[in-house]
Amino acid sequence: MSSSDNLKRWFRGADAPQAKSAGPSKAAPRTTRRCIGLGELLRNLKSAGEQKLCVLDLGPTSPANIAFLTEMGARVFNEDVLRESQDPSYLVKQEDGSLQIDPSKFFVENLNYAPDQFDAILCWDVPDYLPESLVKPLVERLQVMLKVKGNLLAFFHAKDAGPESLYSRHHIVPPDILELEPIQGFRLQRIFNNRHIENLFKDFASRKFFLGRDNIREVLMVR
Amino acid sequence: MWKARPEDNKPVSVNPPQPAQPASPLAATSTTPSTPAQAPVPQKETPKVMEPHRADVGHIGKSVSIRGELTGSEDLYLDGEIEGTVDLRDHSLIIGPNGRIKATISARDLIVHGRVEGNVNATGRVELRKSCTLMGDVATGRIVIEDGAFFKGAIDIRERDDNEAKPETRKPMAAATSAGSGMSSGTGSGISYNAASGTQGSFLDPK
Repeated sequence: MSSSDNLKRWFRGADAPQAKSAGPSKAAPRTTRRCIGLGELLRNLKSAGEQKLCVLDLGPTSPANIAFLTEMGARVFNEDVLRESQDPSYLVKQEDGSLQIDPSKFFVENLNYAPDQFDAILCWDVPDYLPESLVKPLVERLQVMLKVKGNLLAFFHAKDAGPESLYSRHHIVPPDILELEPIQGFRLQRIFNNRHIENLFKDFASRKFFLGRDNIREVLMVR
Repeated sequence: MWKARPEDNKPVSVNPPQPAQPASPLAATSTTPSTPAQAPVPQKETPKVMEPHRADVGHIGKSVSIRGELTGSEDLYLDGEIEGTVDLRDHSLIIGPNGRIKATISARDLIVHGRVEGNVNATGRVELRKSCTLMGDVATGRIVIEDGAFFKGAIDIRERDDNEAKPETRKPMAAATSAGSGMSSGTGSGISYNAASGTQGSFLDPK
């Protein structure tokens, strides 16, 4: 199989047009799951003894997360990267005539932070849904923004559950439970296997994998 | 010599005169002129739609557009467009659903229904309602975010004074209140960063 076929297989649906509007699904109820990675991330934050924690949440705005993190004494930053990636103003025409998001344009207005700023980044499952052109630049940027020994939590689907693999807003329910609120309008773009994840996050000092029963791999990266 | 004015010939209404209304255009009460030569008929109690924001607060309507510095020493309901700075210091600011603000905001309390682009500094409390979009850094004592509100930026909860009342707590998800002991506000997102350019090399390639 050629490498382009591999790419097409891995990045299935990358060319599929995404729904124009994204909003919470009324049909799909919220579900909860235990998140070992989150529990470990929070333990790491507490043991770091940092007084002024800075935490970046890359998911849709969650009042629960903001409440929980600010009560911890953290300064909370929120950027809904996936929603921002839907903005057509970032699209640039490629040589082959197709439209693709220009990362340099995108990152001028998004994730524009100083290096070594964050103690933790909650990436959730954003990389699985993000347009392909943004995935690698995003990870590179997150790595730079994270402090040394800072933690990054990301989720990856272990298999494509089709329409059931809805993008979700993650609400933290302390100490290590996540409430998932499905959001319609985003389609799973690809399935990463473990080797892809290791390549993608190769600049991080360590990667810990936790496989859940719901076919979600939680990965806790430490810079 | 005193000359009778034409108004003096008018029959005197039995009803006592209405108290003078405040000059503010906010007053939602209507004064109905008393009809001459009419017996005092008990008037129908029409339910007054008193919007709370119209009672004693300044009001900037949705057709108003302001560019520059807006300061005041009273509460303000703002439903128009503003570009510049808004400084109400010890007073409350309500941004209505039509409000479009591109400004740095200083107030005691802030309630946002509309759209705000700019940093917010509130000594009291900030409420982001479900229809709101706020893009900027928020430094406040307390914050309430309704489900559905869009927020992009940093939230910095200021350290409370010892004599300040204990913050209320609400159930998460519906409306979350946070009141942690925080840190002094800073400007986290103001530093530029060189974006990675060029097309993406595949991260699937073996290293």
